[in-house]
This record gives sequence, C-alpha cells and structure tokens, in this order.
Amino acid sequence: MSEGITPSQTVGPFLAIGLPWADGPFVVPPGTPDSIVIEGRVLDGDGQPVPDALVETWQADPDGRFDHPDDPRGRAVAQGGFRGFGRSATNPSGNYQIVTLRPGPLPCPDGGTEAPHLDVSVFARGLLDRVVTRIYFADEAQANAADPVLASITDPARRATLIAAEAGDAAAGDAGAGDAGRTAGDGTCGRFRFDIRLQGELETVFFDA
Amino acid sequence: MTASDQRAAGRLALPRYSSAAGVHPPLDCPGYKSSRLRAPSQPLVPMPQRLTEITGPLFGAERVTAGDADLTTGRGGEPLGERIIVSGRVLDSDGRPVPDTLIEIWQANASGRYAHKVDDHPAPLDPNFTGAGRCVTDSLGRYRFLTIKPGAYPWRNHFNAWRPAHIHFSLFGRAFTQRLVTQMYFPADPLFPLDPIFNSIPDPAARARLISALDMELTQPDWALGYRWDIVLRGRTATVFETEGK
Ligand SMILES: [Fe+3]
Repeated sequence: MSEGITPSQTVGPFLAIGLPWADGPFVVPPGTPDSIVIEGRVLDGDGQPVPDALVETWQADPDGRFDHPDDPRGRAVAQGGFRGFGRSATNPSGNYQIVTLRPGPLPCPDGGTEAPHLDVSVFARGLLDRVVTRIYFADEAQANAADPVLASITDPARRATLIAAEAGDAAAGDAGAGDAGRTAGDGTCGRFRFDIRLQGELETVFFDA
Repeated sequence: MTASDQRAAGRLALPRYSSAAGVHPPLDCPGYKSSRLRAPSQPLVPMPQRLTEITGPLFGAERVTAGDADLTTGRGGEPLGERIIVSGRVLDSDGRPVPDTLIEIWQANASGRYAHKVDDHPAPLDPNFTGAGRCVTDSLGRYRFLTIKPGAYPWRNHFNAWRPAHIHFSLFGRAFTQRLVTQMYFPADPLFPLDPIFNSIPDPAARARLISALDMELTQPDWALGYRWDIVLRGRTATVFETEGK
C-alpha cells in the first residue's frame, strides 16, 4: 500500500546547511582497531565529479548483527562505538569517505547467506529521490559468488559496479579526498575504492528495495 | 506459526515495508535540468527486503540539543521575517506514529537566500539566521519547529525560474527503507504550477501532501502563525511468514 506516503523531493544544492555531521564519516571512532576506509567519487553522466552529493551507508557489525529491535535474532549490543551508519558529503572533487569495520555475512530469510555488504543511499541536486546501491568487497569472492543480490544481476559488467576494489594503502584517499581517512589514525587496516556512477557507461547498479 | 517457531524452523521472520510505487517522482525528469546528467538511465533492479533493509539507524535525542528546534534564537539577535511554527506528526502509512526519530531541516531565509557560499542570489543574508534545525519526534510521533517563513528564490533551471517557498526535511524512520528527504511547501503558493520540482510528482494527490496547512490552533496570538504538516513514511506490515516450500 502506497496510500498517503509523503513523496520524495531533491535535497537541492544546499544540503550542506542541514545534513553533514562532523562525525558523519565515522561509523566507528577514529583509531578503532581493524577499521577500514571506503572511499570513492560520485560521478555524473559526463564522468564529471558531483561536488554536492551526500553518501550514506548502513551495515551490519562484524558479527553480522544489527543494533535494532527488528533483527529477529535479537538486538546486538553496539561494541566500541560502532554506529552502523555513515554519512559523508562529497568534496569539490566529488570524493566521499567512510571509516568503518567490515560487516559480517548475513543469513537470508529464505535460507542462504548474503555476502558482507553495506547499503548505500546517494542524495544530490538533480536526484528527485535518493538512489540506493550496495557496496561489496573484492576480497570476498567466494561469498560474493553465493550472494542472492549479486546473483540477480546477470550482466557481469554491471555486477562489477557493486564491488569495492582494494586500494593500495597510501593510494587514493590522500589525493584530495575528505579528511576522514587521514584522521582515522593507526587503526585503519585497509582501503577500498567504490566509485558511484550515476549515469552512463558503467553506470552503478541501483536498487528498488 | 509464531516468530519463535519460525526461528526454530531455521527461518527468519522479518517485517516488511510497503511499496511506495507511484508516489515518488521518477528520477528522469526532463523539466528539471539537473536531473539530465544525474538520473540513472538503467531501470532500478528490484531487491527483496532482507536484514539490512528492514533495520536502520535509530537516531534520537543524542543527536539533538534543546535549542535545535528553534531556528530563531541562539545567533545573537532575532532573524528578520515572519516567525512561524511548523509542527505535525510522523506516521507510517498504516497510521502508526513514528516516535523518537530524528528530523533535520534546512531552508532559505526570509529573503530567499541560503546561508551557503554557493548561493549567489543577490538578496540579503541574515547574520541571525543559519536556516538549519533538528528535532526528535515524541512518543506520539509529534515534532515542532520555530522558524522564519522562507522566501521564494530564483534558480537557473530555465528563464525566470523561481522556487515556491519551501523547507527541506530529512527523516530516518526506523529502517533503511523508510529513509526520506523531501520538501514542505506553504498553502496556495502561486508558483506551484510553474515549479518542475514540485510537479515532478506524477500524482496530484501525492503532490498535495507536501503542502502544509495554516492551523489557527497551532498559531500563537500576537506571536507566530502555525503551519501543520504530517509526514507519512512507508508502512511496516505485520511479520511475513514464509510458507513451506516457498
Ligand atoms: Fe531549496
């Protein structure tokens, strides 16, 4: 039933007034052991960076649990300041950054297992509704091969748009991205790159959940 | 079968959020120029709701301090313009209130200018108005802001394009699927028929749900007009039980 639901409208060009948080990119506090950085660019149909977007992430904890009353396995107790949620506005180069822990795999309601992933919302001027995608990890090939969401995308080139690549430790993030990675501290133990192409060649797969 | 039977059977019983089909604007909207290079060209891929989608961050009071719902104080002096109260309830489409959920708003000042470096509309900035506010719904899903009525403002979408006055709203609800960012408008704005963003919503009845109502019970005598606006998120249906063999 869609009756009565309030329609979406664009965040417009000035979301920076109301939405970014100083601690937004930090799903875990800076310096948390085993934390990772996920970073990338939001790009438009011309391949140009989108400097006024907001990227939000939501994910399970490393045990594959959620600090939420609707998790039928019981509500997880948040450990070490883990928030599950990340929020990063893009900078003038279109870069976003999230500092988090790797999520665990999840049981599916109808059997099977979902590979470790983050749900992602992207908001921007020009987007009348958020677009939703998922971040999977390149080094989880076996789990990814068994994942029902990835399996639902038959074109391998499209499926590949959902996989974050391992980035060399000192690589991408320092090339003008946000400050999150730099201040994440010594705890970080990996960087992943995930670009979001809103339109055009190699357009990211977006979902209707 | 009860939820515990379900678990015993090795299956997970999850709530399910209703479809918003036909409510939200299509991403591809030729009249809205900024959508041309930003709207995906491929159709959205249907994704069943699983654990990540039926959970979400539950932000509440810890994200808000007392003055955050009052956009008219705390900046040294009183902002210029028409003081207004904006209040209503957050509900789901089954009529249940959504309590303890964070609402974030941002808006232009009374002159139609945003306190943002990219806004070059030659209208005055107001040093006493940032245009950002937050609050948390109470146990009945109610929220309330005290602010200044935003002005209409020009934008470069097409010749002589002006946005109807609006306040941007962001809501989390209780699950990833309920997340909503939208805009609240004011009654009888003559710019409605001319605005491609407002008119991007295909269903006129859905469009009308973005318009607040003047409410004399909310209005405070000799102080501020009150506008009432309820926000409805996707409904949460009773737990779905998978039938054997499905
Ligand atoms: Fe606006």
